[in-house]
Amino acid sequence: MATELRVLDDGAWISVDNQRRVPNSDIWPLAVTDFCGCETAHVVLEAFTDVGVDRDGVSVQAVGQCIDCGTEGALDWLAVGRVRDGAFHPYDPAELRPRLEPGNDIR
Amino acid sequence: MPTDVEQWKSELYGTDIREHIERFAETGWDSIPEDERDAWFERFKWYGLYHQRAGQESYFMMRIGPPNGVLEPGQFRTVAEIAKEYSTGPAANPEFGNGWLDVTTRQAIQLHWINIEDVPAIFDALEDAGLTTMQACGDSWRNIVGCPVAGKDEHEHVDALPTIHELNDRFKGNAEHANLPRKWKVSVTGCREGCGQGDINDLALEPATKTIDTDERSSSNNQNSPGSGDGEAREGFNVRVGGGLSRNEPRFARDIDVFVTPEQAADVAGGISALFREYGDREDRYNARIKFLVDEWGPEKLRDVLQDEFVDFELHTAGEDLRSEYSYNAGEAAGKHDHVGVHGQPDGNNYVGLNVLVGRIGADDALDIADAADEHGSGEVRLTQRQNIVLTDVPDENVDDLLAEPALEHYSPDPHPFMRGSIACTGTEFCSLSIVETKNRQVRYARWLKDNVELPAGVEDFHIHLSGCTASCAQPQIADISLRGMKTRKDGEPVEALDIGLGGGLGEEPQFASWVTERVPADEVPGAIRNLLANFEAQRADERQSFREFVAARDDDELAELVEPEETSYDDPFMHNTKRTWYPYADEDSLDDSPAPASPDGEPLSADD
Repeated sequence: MATELRVLDDGAWISVDNQRRVPNSDIWPLAVTDFCGCETAHVVLEAFTDVGVDRDGVSVQAVGQCIDCGTEGALDWLAVGRVRDGAFHPYDPAELRPRLEPGNDIR
Repeated sequence: MPTDVEQWKSELYGTDIREHIERFAETGWDSIPEDERDAWFERFKWYGLYHQRAGQESYFMMRIGPPNGVLEPGQFRTVAEIAKEYSTGPAANPEFGNGWLDVTTRQAIQLHWINIEDVPAIFDALEDAGLTTMQACGDSWRNIVGCPVAGKDEHEHVDALPTIHELNDRFKGNAEHANLPRKWKVSVTGCREGCGQGDINDLALEPATKTIDTDERSSSNNQNSPGSGDGEAREGFNVRVGGGLSRNEPRFARDIDVFVTPEQAADVAGGISALFREYGDREDRYNARIKFLVDEWGPEKLRDVLQDEFVDFELHTAGEDLRSEYSYNAGEAAGKHDHVGVHGQPDGNNYVGLNVLVGRIGADDALDIADAADEHGSGEVRLTQRQNIVLTDVPDENVDDLLAEPALEHYSPDPHPFMRGSIACTGTEFCSLSIVETKNRQVRYARWLKDNVELPAGVEDFHIHLSGCTASCAQPQIADISLRGMKTRKDGEPVEALDIGLGGGLGEEPQFASWVTERVPADEVPGAIRNLLANFEAQRADERQSFREFVAARDDDELAELVEPEETSYDDPFMHNTKRTWYPYADEDSLDDSPAPASPDGEPLSADD
């Protein structure tokens, strides 16, 4: 059965199969994405604007701000988890995943 | 493509939701199909039920939205009794205990920790008292706001209450207006001071006077027509559309050059609501509020479409407004700032405004206040947009006895300015969107400021609004000091932080705050406010210059230098990621320790059932 994904409550969270699985307000480190001038941007996700799936990877569009330099911006498809055997496994926001960052052409 | 939310709404919305709430209440939380929960929780909002944030599954916030915040005699007691019986959670709040009600910035009341199983009994109790939760949340007409003392105010141009009740009666439960693209916030104000805050609503009716030819009925009048010259000055309302504070996109409502008599108000308001229904964006909820349609069209086109398609009589052009008289939150040191204190009513009685710090009243305290309202006044209690309450119809001979009531020691009619000026939204205690803890933090801020900061001479009112995110439920952009939730890094660790904005307010020339200093660690904010006020006192032109005038005379860089965040004796227990707790104040606060979902008796239910 297809995984149901949606953004709800003004972008507060990502629903995966009717469960609140990814909240806003976590800080995600970005080493590859050209988000700001910081070597590693630490971006607090203020609100999600879209969610999608590419094969088994679940990614979001979101607006956020680097907590170190204050740069505000939009993230275009940040990977937040994956679906395996029908179950969603969220990524730990604190872990760096350069291969899965927005703007990484390897992906 | 319509959103999922629009799809759910098109399938079932409005009053049809009620029977399903009752069905699930009968069969229990577990009976809500797991694969339908997003849809049902979205629909429940229409009946004022909002599922609390992650970690608090099975618990709901319930909002009760009385028109204009007027709770008729007996109604406040009913809400207090409901709060005492049903609004308790699995852990206490260290400031407020367990069982309280929250007065909101839109003159509503919110209860938390409500179980679905208890909702029918609560609905029955509310309806027996003449109250409802209908359309308190969701994409429809919310409770109409206005001057909290409408009909009992010495500064009134026109009594707006009859118009508010007519709009409420026509558009609550009205299938034609039940499913709008987004929420629909309306303000109707009749007082001369501007305290209805119409500028920040989707639709604002503001007091005005229009000379209308006596030989014309309202259906044919036009300012540009010659008429007979025998004009009759009519009191009514000018219409503005498209205000709102959310999403980092604040807008003041735009003048669409329309005057309505009280008799026309419902037809024109319904026309604008129908216009929004037909032309609002249903494909992108972030672009759905009517403020964005006004951005796109401009007020002239909106007026033209309203005239051509949604109103079957000729609209009047705007009348003479009273905006130059607006003193409410207008930035003048001697202006009107709230409705706290003892004030005369035109009928010789008094209304007594009580300060409610961050809007939260313990259930037992609320019962005591209901007793006091019954004993010393008419029993009516009104809610204000500053999260305060007003007891009305107090005869002169009862005022001293009312002021001597023990409950008024805490809910004071003469509070310290830092207690009086504090507003806070719900925050991460319950809200999914908020980034930081708010209510308890603002209580701690207010107490510390009261104990440690001397206000500059002549400053008797000072508004500090704390909002947990850009949704702006605490209306931060119209405060003297605006605080907005964010994160930053301190000593190498991420911590809760606040952006600091200055210079916001309403009045004839409303102004949104400018965010001059961002990402201040939350424990350094009280020091920043202390230093800013000291700099204001040292540098202002003279003692008559208000804080807003002081801010307006400086650019953002100058102001940023005056803020000076600093650690002080203030201690902030909420610097960690409070959103990643099930309840920020629980002894064992991790999400894994959450007792939710739970039955009404508090027994945890297996999430896997």
